[in-house]
Amino acid sequence: MEDMLLYHRLQFAFTITFHYLFPQLTMGLALMIVWFKGKFLLSGDERWNHLAHFWMKIFALNFAMGVVTGIPMEFQFGTNWARFSELTGSVIGQTLAMEGMFSFFLESSFLALFLFGERRLGHKLHFLTGFLVFLGSWLSGLLIIATNAWMQHPVGFEILGNGKFVLTHFGALFSNPWLWPAYLHNQAASLVTTSFVIAAVGAFYLLNGRQVEYGKLMLRSGVIAGLISSVLVAFPTGDWSAKNVVKYQPVTFAAMEGLFETSEGGAEIVLIGQPNMLARKLDNKIAVPNVLSFLTFQRWHQPVQGLDQFDESLWPTNVPGLYYAYHIMVGLGTLFIVLMAVAAYYLARGSLFSRRGVLWALLMAFPFPYIANIAGWYTTELGRQPWLVYGLLPTAEGSSFMVSSGNTLFTLLGFVGLYFLLGLLSLLLAGRIVYKGPRA
Amino acid sequence: MELFWYVVLLSMLAMYMVLDGYDFGAGIVHLIFARNEADKRAIVNAIGPFWDANEVWLIASGGVLFFAFPMLYASSFSGFYLPLMIVLWLLIFRAIGIELRTFLDNRLWRVLWDASFGVSSLLLALFFGVAVGNIARGVNLGCVEDGVSHCDPQYFFLPLWNPTFDPRAEHLGVLDWFTVLIGLIGVISLFIHGSNWIIFKTNVSIKERLKQMAWRMNFVLTFLVILTLSLWHLIHPHPLRNFFVHPWLWVFPILTFSALAAMFRLRTFRSEHTGFLWSSLFLLSAFASTAAALYPAFLPSSNEVNPPLTPWNTAAGAYGLGVGMKWFIVAAVLVGIYMVVQYRVFSGKLDDSGYGTH
Ligand code: HDD
Ligand code: HEM
Ligand code: HEM
Repeated sequence: MEDMLLYHRLQFAFTITFHYLFPQLTMGLALMIVWFKGKFLLSGDERWNHLAHFWMKIFALNFAMGVVTGIPMEFQFGTNWARFSELTGSVIGQTLAMEGMFSFFLESSFLALFLFGERRLGHKLHFLTGFLVFLGSWLSGLLIIATNAWMQHPVGFEILGNGKFVLTHFGALFSNPWLWPAYLHNQAASLVTTSFVIAAVGAFYLLNGRQVEYGKLMLRSGVIAGLISSVLVAFPTGDWSAKNVVKYQPVTFAAMEGLFETSEGGAEIVLIGQPNMLARKLDNKIAVPNVLSFLTFQRWHQPVQGLDQFDESLWPTNVPGLYYAYHIMVGLGTLFIVLMAVAAYYLARGSLFSRRGVLWALLMAFPFPYIANIAGWYTTELGRQPWLVYGLLPTAEGSSFMVSSGNTLFTLLGFVGLYFLLGLLSLLLAGRIVYKGPRA
Repeated sequence: MELFWYVVLLSMLAMYMVLDGYDFGAGIVHLIFARNEADKRAIVNAIGPFWDANEVWLIASGGVLFFAFPMLYASSFSGFYLPLMIVLWLLIFRAIGIELRTFLDNRLWRVLWDASFGVSSLLLALFFGVAVGNIARGVNLGCVEDGVSHCDPQYFFLPLWNPTFDPRAEHLGVLDWFTVLIGLIGVISLFIHGSNWIIFKTNVSIKERLKQMAWRMNFVLTFLVILTLSLWHLIHPHPLRNFFVHPWLWVFPILTFSALAAMFRLRTFRSEHTGFLWSSLFLLSAFASTAAALYPAFLPSSNEVNPPLTPWNTAAGAYGLGVGMKWFIVAAVLVGIYMVVQYRVFSGKLDDSGYGTH
């Protein structure tokens, strides 16, 4: 029984983590490609169109991977979380079905027109199809995050005698206070990934001395978008998200911050330290006094609730994992702002293209937004444990009890093998596209 | 309300079958008959702009099933766990086969991904047929053994096969002689359907041969359909009961057989899209006939102890279904518009990849 739950969880975690590697780039790229294509239409400068074409190739590859890894996600609610689906389908089925009907059709129909239709459509309509693809992918993000937001902070429903959740207020799904901060934060983070990738490819061309002209365009767009989005991710959107956690999941917040004891007066913010679950304290701590209270409540001396305020059965199941995930995300986010600020400074001064040190840093930085994104989701998802629907439906009661651990382990291993292959192929092929460059 | 969503869900699945069906069929043709690179490329181009959107019909049907009939979604997706996972993997191999074949200009690379595309298309056609077979046969709801339920009456779990491959055994498997028979119908009918699409959308050099093959396969299809129908009563005591209660339902089988008959004239159709229309009609009406025979069951029970799953005992709350109806109608209109745009922009023959700068 225990094994069974473990494998269901591992499989879901593994497949969603892998899936999310692709949409975080495609959502951001959709926006950037529309931007490039728009620049071309306005300026008539062919180079922007080449840039759009180049990134469309990367987009197509990532989109295909996003689709093939997304279909298993849609199925797994039923295959691996049958009890959960049975009990909550009346509510979250809404947003998931809407995602299929409103965004996947939009995206996939117009993606084909966007990728293959330029000659048949002409540039203006081609731009329009690109815009519709962008709209579809951002709508998809919205609806899936609405689903997730409901699991974090359930609204607009009632529970029947047989334990089933039924929807009573459709609008509540979209006015959920958890939704908009999470969505905006997530989209900003997706743009961070995209801008870092674009900047890295640009830096690669400049350092290599090939495709220099396109490299410069990419660096310029990547750095500008990168600076804006890195700031947006922290303020205001990250800040909003954190305030939501304090308000609706205070015990999660205490664990994220590694706050074992409620502070007397202002709470310190921990920069480094390892949670020691036996001693209930952080080892090797480096912290700044009172800052956490200020960030949370805008008051330097307001106490913040620690884990000691809550019964241990309510604690998130994996406190150290949650703590690290959160600190990795926030730590990296801070570094992103610094890196992009430096790059933007040199860009403004006109010397970025010859600063090999900065270019190397931009080149090497692109994997880290992926890590920050995954860490952010682990924060969210580990923070929700031990609940599937926060405070109402325990994770242990949601899985498919009809599917034995042996069968789940079998499919988990299958996914691991298959996704390893997919990952390898996407890296190789993306590398090949980049290596060939916009003007082959 | 339940009835509305029942019709919606089945119509979406039927759309999926007709649309992704021609993709699968094209994959089978590609695997077995296409020999030179120009033909292979033409076949892939003929489905290139469409297959992804076609697959969305499956995803969206899954979403609507989840939303409107959560109990059915939970029960069938966990009960058919293994075959669904295999279908997922096949869909993955098929999609990357299509996407990756042109990435490298190397013969081995192309052979590899062509095989991935073709073989998984063939197996998917088989598996979707088997799925219909499983539904027509029913499953052991409630895990009944010796007249006693061993799990919740609405749940079950099927292994891939049982040692005897007998659809009447107490311990059922996904594959048995009955479901595999329907799987074969799936393969043959989608092969014909896919050939019709290729004849319609391309100028491949093997066109005449393809017409000949599809025509021959029509005999096999007719034979299999009749065989299945004559064996059905072994599985189901009264397969025709609904048709005698509601005689208008005979429309569906009549359409099915008319379409099947018309398909024999395949080699002499004057327009190249006629064949495709007939095979679409065949698939749709065969699907509708099956649904009509099973109604009101979504998923029949193979034992006497537990009742089948129907729209009424699996539906979501009434309020949710009501709101859903409003947004669904808007969405359906939009989807219709997208399809018109898509098929108009990509009208005509598609073999030369010059339809865009990719
Ligand atoms: C590039 C990626 C990235 C970066 C740099 C950041 N985040 Fe983030 N964060 C995400 C990517 C992300 C995410 C993956 O997108 C999450 C998961 C769910 C969501 O909506 O966004 C997330 C969730 C998330 C949550 C919700 C946790 C929960 O639900 O329990 C909080 C409180 C923050 N973030 C706060 C921050 C702050 C204060 C940052 C300051 C720098 C920050 N994030 C940077
Ligand atoms: C917004 C859409 C998402 C939804 C609806 C969703 C839903 C779920 C569900 C149903 C589970 C299984 C039950 C559980 O163990 O709690 C789960 C677990 C998990 N998800 Fe998400 N998820 C989403 C996004 C993500 C993303 C993008 C990631 C990572 C990149 C992620 C990471 C995880 C992890 C790590 C677990 C396992 C947690 C554990 O079992 O301890 N999720 N999620
Ligand atoms: C459990 C949660 C999830 C499910 C069930 C799911 C399902 C899917 C499916 C079925 C597809 C393929 C759509 C197509 O054929 O066009 C897809 C793609 C996509 N998903 Fe997910 N997904 C999940 C998590 C996420 C998350 C967390 C995000 C981002 C916020 C996301 C954003 C997207 C986007 C933008 C696409 C289209 C672009 C692409 O394919 O790369 N999904 N998803």
